[in-house]
Amino acid sequence: MSPNVLALLPEIILTLTGVLIMLAEPLLSAGSSRKPLGWLAILGTVAAGLASWYQLGFGTLHAYFGTIQVDTFSVFFHLLISAIVLVTLLSSVDYFEGHATHAGEYFALVLFGAVGMMLMTCSVELLMVFVGLEISSISTYIMAGFRKGQASATEASIKYFLLGSFATAFFLYGIALAFGATGSTRIDSISMGLATTATPTLAILALALIIIGIGFKVSAAPFHVWTPDVYQGAPAPVVGLMSTAPKAAAFAVLLRILFSGFPSYEPRWAGLIWIIAALSMFVGNLGALMQRDVKRMLAYSSIAHAGYLLVAYTAFPADGIASACFYTAAYAAMNVGAFTVITQIGGYNERARTIDDYAGLALKRPVLAAALGLFLLSLIGIPFTGGFFGKFYVFSAALHSGRVWLAVIGLLNSGIACFYYLRLLAAIYTRPTTENDRISAAARVSIPAAAALAITAAATLWLGIAPNGVLGLAQQSADSVHTNPAQPAQDTTNASR
Amino acid sequence: MNIDHNILTIITFVPLAGAIVLALLPDRDRIQQWGALAVTLLTFLCTLHLPFHFDYGVAAGTFQFQQNSSWITSPAIRYHVGVDGLSMWLVVLTGLLAPLGVLISWRVIDNRRRLFYVLFLLQQVAMLGIFVSLDLFLYYAFWELSLVPMALLIATFGRTENRRRAAIKFFLYAFIPSAILLVAMLWLYARTGTFDYPQLAQMAAAHSISSNSAALWLASLAFLAAFAVKVPVFPLHGWLSDSISEAPTAAVMVIAGKLGLYSILRFSFGLFPAQSHRIAPLMLALGAIGIVYGALLALVQKDLKRLAAYGTLGHVSVVILGIFAFTVSGIDGGIYQTLNEGIGGSALFMLLGLLYERYRTYDMREYGGLAARLPWIVTMFVLTALSVVGLPMLNGFVGEFLVFSGAMQSTIAHHIGWTVLATSSVILTASYMLWMIQRVFYGDLGRRTETIAAPDLTAREHLALWPLVILFLLMGIASPVWLRAIDTAGAHIAATVNRSQSVTMDFEASRASKPVSSSSETALNMTNQSASTKGAR
Repeated sequence: MSPNVLALLPEIILTLTGVLIMLAEPLLSAGSSRKPLGWLAILGTVAAGLASWYQLGFGTLHAYFGTIQVDTFSVFFHLLISAIVLVTLLSSVDYFEGHATHAGEYFALVLFGAVGMMLMTCSVELLMVFVGLEISSISTYIMAGFRKGQASATEASIKYFLLGSFATAFFLYGIALAFGATGSTRIDSISMGLATTATPTLAILALALIIIGIGFKVSAAPFHVWTPDVYQGAPAPVVGLMSTAPKAAAFAVLLRILFSGFPSYEPRWAGLIWIIAALSMFVGNLGALMQRDVKRMLAYSSIAHAGYLLVAYTAFPADGIASACFYTAAYAAMNVGAFTVITQIGGYNERARTIDDYAGLALKRPVLAAALGLFLLSLIGIPFTGGFFGKFYVFSAALHSGRVWLAVIGLLNSGIACFYYLRLLAAIYTRPTTENDRISAAARVSIPAAAALAITAAATLWLGIAPNGVLGLAQQSADSVHTNPAQPAQDTTNASR
Repeated sequence: MNIDHNILTIITFVPLAGAIVLALLPDRDRIQQWGALAVTLLTFLCTLHLPFHFDYGVAAGTFQFQQNSSWITSPAIRYHVGVDGLSMWLVVLTGLLAPLGVLISWRVIDNRRRLFYVLFLLQQVAMLGIFVSLDLFLYYAFWELSLVPMALLIATFGRTENRRRAAIKFFLYAFIPSAILLVAMLWLYARTGTFDYPQLAQMAAAHSISSNSAALWLASLAFLAAFAVKVPVFPLHGWLSDSISEAPTAAVMVIAGKLGLYSILRFSFGLFPAQSHRIAPLMLALGAIGIVYGALLALVQKDLKRLAAYGTLGHVSVVILGIFAFTVSGIDGGIYQTLNEGIGGSALFMLLGLLYERYRTYDMREYGGLAARLPWIVTMFVLTALSVVGLPMLNGFVGEFLVFSGAMQSTIAHHIGWTVLATSSVILTASYMLWMIQRVFYGDLGRRTETIAAPDLTAREHLALWPLVILFLLMGIASPVWLRAIDTAGAHIAATVNRSQSVTMDFEASRASKPVSSSSETALNMTNQSASTKGAR
């Protein structure tokens, strides 16, 4: 196989599967089940995941005139994204049964979105990143409005589309200015160009615009305003996907841009990220305190988690990148898991919306309640779950780099956060089941959805109890992004910034 | 086969395995109860291995039954467990209280048994884990984990409609200081590159953790605050009375006291000896205030459980007074009193739970004149009260005597008035306990006791109470059995803290100071002495 094909193997597999689904969809009779297409998509995702795993053996691989770089970092995110997509597909194989007419397109869109996200993580050329960003964004805009009957779904889709396009424009403008300042849109050339640039102000402006564009994608405050409405209106499995996979990709892009593109400007952007991180944590957690709608609450919680993750960006590169990678994985496991449970409880029509609707869940559906309980505990950050170790690792990196106050703010915030997670947990476990009849005790969890739950629950526990494997991969990824890890690492423990 | 080096792992994870099995078994008949009883008894038997194989001759400050293996390579986190004289008896105590807790919940918990016993066993895992962990990360993991089952137990099995609020209050009170504790631990790790307690303690003794005294001071405060909330120390006791008043008996038995006190003794004193010495005058004052405040509030309660809750505040404050005196007898007494609080408090709450089971109220005004009807319960109640009050020949006396004499001898610069105040409050404790007994068991029949005819102790309840009552007596007359191990640890802690002072202030003085005397003998003398006073009466 030519190196070009090899480098993009996962993306190619996903694209082909997606095209195949689009072609097969019209061939199925109008009323028939679209489940086989879902299984095809699942098959394609597994193949893509295996292909990324296969890439791990090649070390660093450049392709397409150096615009694509396959390294441990990209493989880490490829694996993560395919895992998220796999779980989302499993939990939504029969989500549309008997409701939507375009279920086939849904599966194709999920795959195309995944192609875009994967492309974002493996390209080292900003224009290529932009193409990936667009592919993934357009798919998610459509998926957000997939429950066409609901006004809130349409609102979600349009709001997401308008604000999203605006943010992508910022990102593109940032790329243009970076080209103006350094004469290149390749990340490694930018870092070299910065040393000799005549217009450092332009470079700073470019970086600020790029951060704004990415900040929107990861819903960091103050670019978060779309998040609650979109999460509330979009279908639950889609929210599970879009709160984790595109965010993981955007965080990966930000890591590459900041640590390999603009490492010399670290003192300038670190302050900016510090403020965004602190703001996101406060806005997310304080906002979530007021919510009665579970999806809205989790939307604010995702803003807060973006804040925790950004804390890692202010740390020394070696620790910071590794902990950011690990946190994305841990957050993905628990958040996709939570939304899988919500999908199963609410169904297509989202019968259970508010915290009160979840009262007595433990009595009616004990297994689903236990799973949701586990994910909520992980989101709080209780030990022996991925959420705890992620948080621990991020704040450990921040403290190691002397960011004491940010760590204090972050951990205080996790104290605030446990209040609203606990409120939901208390409703599930302690309130009598007679309060509502929105959750039917009779409904059963289908086998693929049960598999999705098992995968996410196992991943949440695995990342909390035996994180060595993922940690090792995350640390290798950090080394492949941060090319010269020799300079500030361990010996500067006494430096306080 | 020599199981010495994985006995602690077995002890910690037998309840976990039990919890998993129980979660999978159906919630029918009494499967869950018998299962929980079997698991807790098995755990208790395993904990009994410790005192019989404990090496009393080993130098102070070394840990026994250690297991130390790598868990996570980077950051360097190890699975390191071990016990010394400080933690060994606490592990055994935790093991003992669990089967008693199952027995006492036998009839009270008649709904959602599976959830109850699974949470109960998880709580057990977390507590045992806290006592045996020697790696800060592992310790913190168990510390946080201990909050979840307890909060869920309160929220689900609480007595009134306030239970959810009480549970969230309990959780937030403990979680937020713990978050700051985590910052302090991570800071320690960033400085030293290790989470291993013995290594860190060595560095602390050598003053090589950090030269930044302000940062060390803040870190020590973060540690102390997190532990003090859990104890609780006055004025951080806001959660205590609500949680105790709501929680089911088996949960109340372990909610306060030993976890926080152990953590202060182990981690605050071990890692921040100089800083602990510096804050001691404040803590002594808070301890004395807590004793008097708890006793005074207990005097005016009409609700039996709230009375016992404020009583608990007083008892744990006695321990605070003892350990922050930094004399060997003070610390020994503190540890001993922690054990006493564990068994005495449990017995009291169990008895109150039994009364509630029979008469469905904790309101003292509705009781009265029970002595003639329930002779066994009243006997147990009086014995428990006498132990709590500190009657010579019973365990409470040994602990309190050591604490107060330790506080009197203390070289910490504090006003002697605090100790005098604290000592005099023994009278207050006696008055609220005896007053309670008088109102519940003597006098005319109360409204409830008149209308409801209730049976005396059943065989199961006898089984749950007798071990504690026997311990009152044994620990009162044979205290050296326990103090033997405790004294080594107590002397080591006192020496560490006092040495940290002499090094910082005057190195020569520390050379001249004579080695600390053992208080095991003191205790022995004292027991004889108390026996003779008893005879004189």
